[in-house]
Amino acid sequence: MNEAIQLIIFLVALVLLAPILGKFMAKVFMGENHLLKPVFGWLERSVYRVSGIKSEVEMNWKTYLFGILLFNFIGMVFLFLLQIFQVWLPLNTEHLPNVSWHLAFNTAVSFMTNTNWQSYSGENTLSYLVQMLGLTVQNFVSAATGIAVVLALIRGLTRKTTDELGNFWTDMTRTVVYVLLPLSILFTIILVGQGTVQTFSHYITATTLQGVHQVIPLGPAASQIAIKDLGTNGGGFFNANSAHPFENPTPFSNFLIMLALIIISAGLVFTYGHYAKSKRQAWAIFITMLILFAGGLALSLWAEYSQNNVLNIAGNMEGKETRFGVMNSILYSVTTTVTSNGSVNCMHDSLSPLSGLVAMFNLMLGEIIFGGVGSGLYGMIIFVFITVFIAGLMVGRTPEFLGKKVEAFEIKMAILAVLAPSIVIKLFSAIACTIPAGLAGLNNAGPHGLSEILYAFSSAAGNNGSAFAGLNTNTVFYNLMMGFGMLIGRFGVIIPVMAIAGNMARKKITPESAGTFKTDNWLFVLLLIGIILIIGGLTFFPPLALGPIVEHFLMNLGVTY
Amino acid sequence: MKTQILTALKFFLAMTILTGIIYPLLMTGVAQIAFPSQANGSLILKDGKIIGSELIGQKFDSTIYFWSRPSAISYNPIPSGASNFGPTSKALKKQVDDRRIAFATSNSIVDNGTIPPEMIFASASGLDPHISPKAALMQVDRIVKARQFDTEKQQQILNVITKLSEGPQFSFFGDERINVLDLNLELDRLNKK
Repeated sequence: MNEAIQLIIFLVALVLLAPILGKFMAKVFMGENHLLKPVFGWLERSVYRVSGIKSEVEMNWKTYLFGILLFNFIGMVFLFLLQIFQVWLPLNTEHLPNVSWHLAFNTAVSFMTNTNWQSYSGENTLSYLVQMLGLTVQNFVSAATGIAVVLALIRGLTRKTTDELGNFWTDMTRTVVYVLLPLSILFTIILVGQGTVQTFSHYITATTLQGVHQVIPLGPAASQIAIKDLGTNGGGFFNANSAHPFENPTPFSNFLIMLALIIISAGLVFTYGHYAKSKRQAWAIFITMLILFAGGLALSLWAEYSQNNVLNIAGNMEGKETRFGVMNSILYSVTTTVTSNGSVNCMHDSLSPLSGLVAMFNLMLGEIIFGGVGSGLYGMIIFVFITVFIAGLMVGRTPEFLGKKVEAFEIKMAILAVLAPSIVIKLFSAIACTIPAGLAGLNNAGPHGLSEILYAFSSAAGNNGSAFAGLNTNTVFYNLMMGFGMLIGRFGVIIPVMAIAGNMARKKITPESAGTFKTDNWLFVLLLIGIILIIGGLTFFPPLALGPIVEHFLMNLGVTY
Repeated sequence: MKTQILTALKFFLAMTILTGIIYPLLMTGVAQIAFPSQANGSLILKDGKIIGSELIGQKFDSTIYFWSRPSAISYNPIPSGASNFGPTSKALKKQVDDRRIAFATSNSIVDNGTIPPEMIFASASGLDPHISPKAALMQVDRIVKARQFDTEKQQQILNVITKLSEGPQFSFFGDERINVLDLNLELDRLNKK
């Protein structure tokens, strides 16, 4: 009963808060007056002045894209250097050695692409300086990058006969100054109140009641954790991520974190509605996402509460924390995988096979069910394009979206954006399954071993960052393969999306006629859900059948590996 | 092109200073003033010495203490972590079967099936500070015997369990739980009385 109440509170909070935040963000990005402008306006102007940004000068899609690539490249190089030189830099209180080149590459790519896959454990790998000056910064700017891309796309869809898609630097600045930073400040304070640490002191050695020495790690954790959750980043300050009592101390902090994972991505759907001057368009996409989310959640909850015939128990607690219990662990696992956040409060490797499948399938769909901040919405709009295209084929009419013709170029780009991550998942997993370097890292045998590899590359390609964490990926092979996978998963989508934005912006808007296929009603919602599931299902059913699905049946028979 | 590169560099520097230096320092300052205990790890002192953190579980396997959950890292927090065994893992099955028998035997439990699941499965962080109140109650008889307590002290232990049990936070969030370290500190206090 208590479980049901918590679930309802979560869903109600989501549905109520998302439109409010969405409206606020629309005002921010359109440069209108809003609540925080008097408070942080000076900061926005200072950033422009310091960086020499002419905030009102707009860019075409190529200039905008060049800004994205350039800025992300600089951030990646800086983060890489910080890690491989951390011994000689300040704030290395525990005298941690320099990070290996391949781990540093993986981590730099990982945080720059908003993935936050971690082949390392924070406690014994990275200094306080790398965590704050490197990782915290990328947590902010990679999230802002995703939002900037979706803003360019939205402008491309809603403006007509123009080349202008906004100013990349302005969009980044406004996102950080008015959205991410204020929310992070508020959230940090709440987290510390619940028990999350925020200090620059050394680790502490305690002598336990049983007389053993226990080293207690500390650090400026809360400030990083706040943005890690809000920006769909997900990289934990500590190895156990949101399961660690210092990252997520109480059930209440857990509730707020789950809300933080999803709220900006959900809000952006309504921001889009404001740009398109159509609340119905926004609600159609929001409801599509909500239905896919709820469906996955229902299956995952059912699977986890079902009997495990190997362990002779229903609702086991392996890899789960007492303060959260089964329900909050599953709700978290579904929320973090739909949103491309990737932080975890339970170990996904130990979930029941079908709960693991739901998490994995969420990643494979390309992180479009709410998805990453910005990236979720542009990924979903790609599927909207494919849906109107297929609907157009069925009735023999040129497809339209928001009054603009969707033509061959857009569909080619859309397919490219769907294929790029899918290829990473299937091809890279296949390689890892066939060579010793790929199999060396496995923690589980049988079908679950395949699931570990499949999950890792799905996580990389979807820029999620969660893991079936038994797989040891801190090897040259995995660090490089995962690094390239994350790059393709991120920019293999961003580049086609920007090309679509540029091309759509140039088009005329034709008035709606009786023959227009509407994209804001239930028929469209159902069609969109169908297309997403068919594309995802056709692409990934074979490997899923060999992994989690066969494991489910073997578990029912009591087979072990 | 050249101006764009220069803008990118300057903007990156601005973001690094704002979100990588000013923000964490500001938050540390606010946290240290507003919540000094929590911000520094919710440490527990006894006779001037640090015996642990309220939030970080400790290993308890002595018969005179309430036991904490199984941990894949044996409660050594550097680094935290879990077993990551899957649902059809042979190794996990063996661990769970062994733990069931061990917990039942030590606490004189007749029906294995009544053992709360958190006592036979390892936690996600390896540092879970809690068990369920039910799991605590099951251990009382063993502790009373090991500490040679009389019935009055046994009643006091039961009172402590009631007192320290936490229901859902703000009546809604999370499961019932009890902090094992707090519980064992109270046990030691009872001994001195």
